Parts: sequence; structure tokens; C-alpha cells
Amino acid sequence: MRIKFMTGGMPVSWLRALLLALFIASPLVHADDNADFDAALAQLAVSSFDSKAEAIDTIAASGHPAAASLLEQLLQARLFFRKADGRLVIGEKDGRRYRIRDALSGEPLGIVKKRALRKIKTNNRLRGHIRSTIATLNLSSPEVAVRLAGVQQLLERPDPTALAVVRRQLDKESDPAVAEAMRTVIALEDLKSDDPQVVREAIERLSGSLLPAARNALARVAAKSDDQQVRDAAAAALSGIESSLQLNQLAETLFFGLSLGSVLVLAAIGLAITFGVMGVINMAHGELIMLGAYTTYIVQLLMPGHIDLSLFVAIPAAFVVSGLVGIAIERGVIRFLYGRPLETLLATFGISLILQQLVRTTISAQNVAVENPSWMSGSLALNPALSLTYNRLYIILFALLVFVALLLVLKKTALGLQVRAVAQNRNMARAMGVRSAWVDAMTFGLGSGIAGVAGVALSQLTNVGPNLGQSYIIDSFMVVVFGGVGNLWGTLVAGLSLGVANKFMEPWTGAVLAKILVLVFIILFIQKRPRGLFPQKGRAAEG
Amino acid sequence: MNLARLLTNDRGGQVFLAILVLVAVLVPVLNLALPESNPLHVPTYTVTLLGKYLTYALLAVAVDLVWGYLGILSLGHGAFFALGGYAMGMYLMRQIGDRGVYGNPDLPDFMVFLNWQELPWFWSGFDQFWFAALMILLVPGVLAFVFGWLAFRSRVTGVYLSIITQALTYALMLAFFRNEMGFGGNNGLTDFKDILGFDIQSDATRIGLFLASAIALALGYLLCRAIVTSRLGRVAVAIRDAEDRTRFIGYRVDHYKLAIFTVSAMLSGVAGALYVPQVGIINPGEFSPLNSIEMVIWVAIGGRNTLYGAVIGAILVNYGKTYFTGVLPEAWLFALGGLFVFVTLFLPQGIAGLLRRRRQKPPEQTDTAQGDTA
Repeated sequence: MRIKFMTGGMPVSWLRALLLALFIASPLVHADDNADFDAALAQLAVSSFDSKAEAIDTIAASGHPAAASLLEQLLQARLFFRKADGRLVIGEKDGRRYRIRDALSGEPLGIVKKRALRKIKTNNRLRGHIRSTIATLNLSSPEVAVRLAGVQQLLERPDPTALAVVRRQLDKESDPAVAEAMRTVIALEDLKSDDPQVVREAIERLSGSLLPAARNALARVAAKSDDQQVRDAAAAALSGIESSLQLNQLAETLFFGLSLGSVLVLAAIGLAITFGVMGVINMAHGELIMLGAYTTYIVQLLMPGHIDLSLFVAIPAAFVVSGLVGIAIERGVIRFLYGRPLETLLATFGISLILQQLVRTTISAQNVAVENPSWMSGSLALNPALSLTYNRLYIILFALLVFVALLLVLKKTALGLQVRAVAQNRNMARAMGVRSAWVDAMTFGLGSGIAGVAGVALSQLTNVGPNLGQSYIIDSFMVVVFGGVGNLWGTLVAGLSLGVANKFMEPWTGAVLAKILVLVFIILFIQKRPRGLFPQKGRAAEG
Repeated sequence: MNLARLLTNDRGGQVFLAILVLVAVLVPVLNLALPESNPLHVPTYTVTLLGKYLTYALLAVAVDLVWGYLGILSLGHGAFFALGGYAMGMYLMRQIGDRGVYGNPDLPDFMVFLNWQELPWFWSGFDQFWFAALMILLVPGVLAFVFGWLAFRSRVTGVYLSIITQALTYALMLAFFRNEMGFGGNNGLTDFKDILGFDIQSDATRIGLFLASAIALALGYLLCRAIVTSRLGRVAVAIRDAEDRTRFIGYRVDHYKLAIFTVSAMLSGVAGALYVPQVGIINPGEFSPLNSIEMVIWVAIGGRNTLYGAVIGAILVNYGKTYFTGVLPEAWLFALGGLFVFVTLFLPQGIAGLLRRRRQKPPEQTDTAQGDTA
């Protein structure tokens, strides 16, 4: 309208006017809508239910961001007017009084007596209306996440009134996941139908679903339906669901087992280097793991507020700390004891006691709190019955990463070549110019550094205390011995399979007994295959 | 006489046995005959402490028998010790009778607490001392026999054997921590009242137990000495130094190993059985791998393959432990850890080796450090 006045003017001013008009008009339109919205809120106070229904429609149509939550509060009978000034508030019962906050801004308004408030009353019909309005609001939202949440809410809390909305919105739905959930909601409702044909179709639709609601509903139909055919169909669908659930259970156990196995691999792989490649029994290996975990703790203390990044700093830091300690142990003690494995065992055990006590006196005898970065929490839901927690997932990936890195170091670098040369034939390697003493120190440092990195990973899973290492040392030795000394692949296979075996036994036997059985199994296994799963071939392996 | 033959060429053993006899006579006399005000009076607490050391010494002799003379570094002897202790503990529990907190005539307190209705089958018979005494020998013996039979037959040696013995005691520890096992779980067996009808708290019983430990140590020492001076012992040393060569000559290496390993386990069981009434408790902590490794260090410090060296090591280390944990609790693990490193680096023959080097120069050329197990 306003533009018409300007038609005779110059193009530039015309354009300027247009911009101006838009600039003025847009807040006006908004204000207009807001006025409607406020009017509708005020209209809620009118006691007539028809009038309230009208107000609800206006609220829904306003597109106000708080509309859905406001209606939800109304449905829960938590929406009040404050008698003193007519302000719309949300009240929650607190003893015999109400804690109130502003319905729109959420500003807390203190605790008042029941008398000071007037509840917005609803009746059955109105509540049905509200429900379908909320469902419509949610299901027609432009955000996929909101639509999905809306449907999932309906799955958990079925609502006949909202169903019509679901049927209407299904045709418009573009997101496959939301559409699938919508069809499930409809099928769940159809199960209650009297028409056997409709029920059978619904059963057909639900037969692959892993949702608890679907399973319960099918179980109800299988038990109660009058129609024999329907009962059979439901039972068949149910058994399909059961076996699929079992499969998921299996997958979950496997996942738990793999994550436990990865922990074992991480703990043992450093040992596979020092024990397997060098033939050194390092009983202080567990304490090198512990040092890695404590390094994580100290790194987090040094960089508070950057917990999410701390692990990326802690991994190299722990590698360096444990690696240096390892080199010190090798130079200070172990190099005097080569060729005397039992003495090495005792001396390194002494070192492990000293390291433990060192941590106790310098840091604390108690466990320390290592924080988990936010990206470690949460889980990846593959389907309603199977979700993989991120921390376990990352541990598995991390273990594989460390394994591959170590394999590359041993196979592709000059150090790796020298390490293997010394392990196979020390004298010949020396004759070829390899500084075997230097290689020994580096190898031991590498194995120890890997132990430190394992400590970073373990700090995210278990308590970090002075005894952390002790609880892993026996397991680590078992893994290395089981896999075959001097064989990294053996360590990987042994660690993962022991982890999986442990988790598969746990449901039958309990955690402790499962562990005992695994130990007994290894003891017996060693009798049969004294050189482990993958023994080293050739003369180098002969005792 | 036989005894004389055993101890010829064993100066250390002669001195040790003489001291042992002296202590066994003096300590009870000083405890009973002198009034408490006398500075030479030995309090009953000390008598019990000495008795405890003597059981450790017996255990150390048993460890030395397999490590020093057979070359088997067992990291699981704590398991045999604890099993003997549990067998004794079960007898002592049955002797409590209806004097327990719950007053049940048959069931020990912890079983009443767990709502058990009747005694598990493996507890029957333990009300008789002769049965318990038999079990003290049999349970560790049979375990060692079965374990050793499996391990030695398939030629598991060196470090591998050490690690699986450690796994054995670790597995047993986990098992005994379980309440369902019927051995008192975490708390173990305790609150003993009397042994063979004597009040376990009384001074006379304490002295009796001390004397029993001294006698057991002397007999155990002589038994081990008899073994190592016999033909069996000489084959054992041959096995230690060159197992394959001994086998090729035609000896059934696994039989020799099994025999000595089993005897050693039974001795450990006896040590455990004497240990339990003196400390008044047995719990799964005794199975912990740390304990077993500590036993090895006693022997290493005292001196391997001398037997009497093991006794010196056990008593010295445990005296140090008692002293340090009282005065400087933090320092004990530093001291123990330092000892491990120091002894392996600088004292491969232990204290006994030092003594011997003093007496006879030049030093004996017996530095046999398991060269064949790399």
C-alpha cells in the first residue's frame, strides 16, 4: 500500500522507499503476530473450553518458539495465572506450595501459595485437542530432529488423538527414519483394531521392529487375540523379534569382549616388545602403565578447562615419560642381567615396588580422579536394541591404531630393522655394525612408551591408583604367553580372543569365575602348546 | 650316624641348627622363668613373632629346595603355604563349636551369616586333628603333583613356568575371595579359640606353637638336606644346570622334578599350618602374587642353594619388615624394592655367599645362573 504513493518518484528513491518499507513492515508484522499470541494467552483465562480451544489453535499457528512447550505444560496442568497481576506462569508443586517461573521467559518468580494462583483448567476433550495440536506442531516442524523426537514420544506414550496427525503427516514426510517411526506408530495403533486384516497388516509391519513397545504389543496380541490366524502371525513375528534381539545381544557381548580384549592388547603389546623381542621379563611393566595414567592426570591438572584436548597432549607425554623411565631402568639395571631372565624378573619386580611407593608418597595413596573428555561419553545407537558406547569404541580403535603403528615401526623403520636383527642374532648384528646396546635401550624405551600410552587409555576406563599396574601385569603376561612370545600378531589375536571369551562366559559364571576359568584355561593351554598360539619358528625360539 | 653324615660339609647348617636349638631352649625359659620386670624377659608377643619368622624360614627352605637345587623359580609357593594354612584354619574353625557369635554348634559364623543350612562336604572331617593334619600335607601336595605333572611333562620351563605358577596363585586368590567357595570369602577364617584342647591365646600354647615351629623347621631342614645330599639331589642339580643333557643321559627329568616340587609344596603347607594359629587369621590375601615373590626374595637375599641361607634371608627380611612398617611405613616398599635390585645386581649368591667367600678364598666357582633358560 505504502509503495503506491511513491510510484511517481525517481527509481533510486523508489528503491530506497521499498527497502525502508520492508524495514518498517517486518517488525510490524511480527508485532502483529505477537499481539495475536499475547491475546491468545490472555484468552486462556476465559473459562469456556471452546474459547480455550480457539486460543490453543492461535498459539499453535503463531509459530512462536515456545508454543509447543507451553502447550505441553498446559497438558500437564502446570500452567497458571498469577492472581495478583495476571501473569502466565509455570508452577511446579513443592510440598504444599508452588515454585513458579514465567511461562515465556522462564524467569524464576519464587515460591507461592496455592491461593495466589489460578490454574488453567482443561477437560478431556480439550486435552485430546492439545495432544493432537502438539503432535501436529512437532511433526510438521522443519527440523528433522524435532519431528523424530515427536514421533518417538508417541512411541513411548501412544495417543489416539495424535494418530490422525501422524497419518496425515506421513505422506509429507521426507526423512526415511521419521517416516519409518511414523509407520510403526500407526501399526502399533492398528494392532488394537477389530478388523483381523488390519491387525495382520500391522503385525507384518512390526515384525522387524526391535522396539520394546512393538514387542510388548505383539506379545499382547499373540496371547489375547480372538482370531487364531492373528495369534499365529503375532507369535511368528514375535519369535522373529526374539531371535533378532538375541543376535543383537550377541553383537553387544562381542563388542564388550572386543573392548576388553583391546584393553588387554594395549596393556600387553608393550610387553610383547620387551618380553617377546628382547626376552626381558619386565615385572615393572604394569607400573609403566600406571605412570602413563598418572601422566594423564597431571596433564589434566596443568590444563584445566581443556579436558577435551588433554588426551591428545597426554598420549605423547605419557609415551615420553614412560619411555624415559623405561630407558633408565634398562640402562641402570637390566643391561647387567641379560641372559639371566629369572634375576631380571626379581630386579624389575623390585623396581615396580619402588615406583608404586614413589607414586604413593609423591602424589597420593588414594585413587586420583581423571576426567573423561566430553567426546568420550555418549553412545552410538545402531538400532533400538544395540548401542555402542563411544569410550569402548575409541578404545578398540586406539588399540588397533597403536598396534598398526608399532607394526610399522618394527617393519618399516631403521630402528625396527635393527631391533629385529638383534633379537634374531645379537652377535651377527653387532658384527654388521649395529650398536646392540643402543638398540636394547631404544627397544626397551619403545615398549615402555607403549605401556605409557596404554596407561592413558586405561585412565579413561578404570580407577587410577598406585595399584593400577599390578592388576594388569598378570593379564598382560598371560596374553603374551598365550599369543606366542615374540609375535605381535599373536598378542593381538590372544588379547582379543581372551577378552571375547571372558565376556561370553560372564553371563553364565559371573565376572570373577570367568576370569579364573580363563586363567586355568591358559595354564592348561601352556601345557599343550608351551610356545603359545603362534610359536616362533627356527632356532631363535629354542630355549 | 645318619644325622652326622647329613651335616658333614655343611658348616652353615651346623651353625644354624645349633642356634636354632639354643633359641628354642632359651626363649621359652626366658619367657616363663623370668619375671616381666627383668630386662632379659622375652614377652609372649615376641615369642609369637619369632614363631612366625620360623614358619617363614621353613617356607623359605622349601622355596630354596626347588629354586636353588632344581632351578624352578616358583612364583606360586604362597599358594601352597596358604592352602596348608586354610586346612589348619578349617580345623580351628570347627574347634570353635558353639562359642561363635551365632552360637551354631556345626556351622562357622560366616556360614550362618550367609544363611547356609549345612556344612559343605569339603568341610567334613576337619573337626578331627589327624584329618586336618593329613590335609595340610595332602592338599598342597596333590595340587603341586597335578600341576607339576602337567607342566613338567610338557617341558614348560624357565620363565614360562614362573609365570604360570604366578597365574595359579592369582587364580586361587580370586577363587578364595568368592563367598560361594565356602572359605569365608574376603574375611577368611579367624576368631580361633583353641587348638587340640588348649586355649590358643594362652602363653603356654604360644610357646608350644613356637617350639613346634622350631622343630618343624629343624626337621624340614634335615629333610631337605637329606634330599640334596642324596642321589636324587645330585640329579636335581644336574637338571638345574643342564636339563636337556640330563634327559639325554637317560634320567626321567620330569619324575625328579615332580618329586622334589611336591615335597617342597608339602613343606610349604606345613609352614602355613603352623603360621595360621600364631597369627590368628588366614585370608585370601595370603595367595596374592606379591607374597609369593617376597618369598623368593628372602631366598635370594639369604643365598640360593645353601638352605641355611634361605633361613637367614627369611628372618632378616621379615625382621626388617616388622621394624620398618612400625617405624617408617612408607620406607618399607622402597627398602624391599631396593633390596630386590641390590641383591640381584651385586649379591647373586646372597648373604650366605658373602659368608662363604670370607671363609674360603678363592671363591667357589658355582655361579650357576640358569644360563640355559634365555
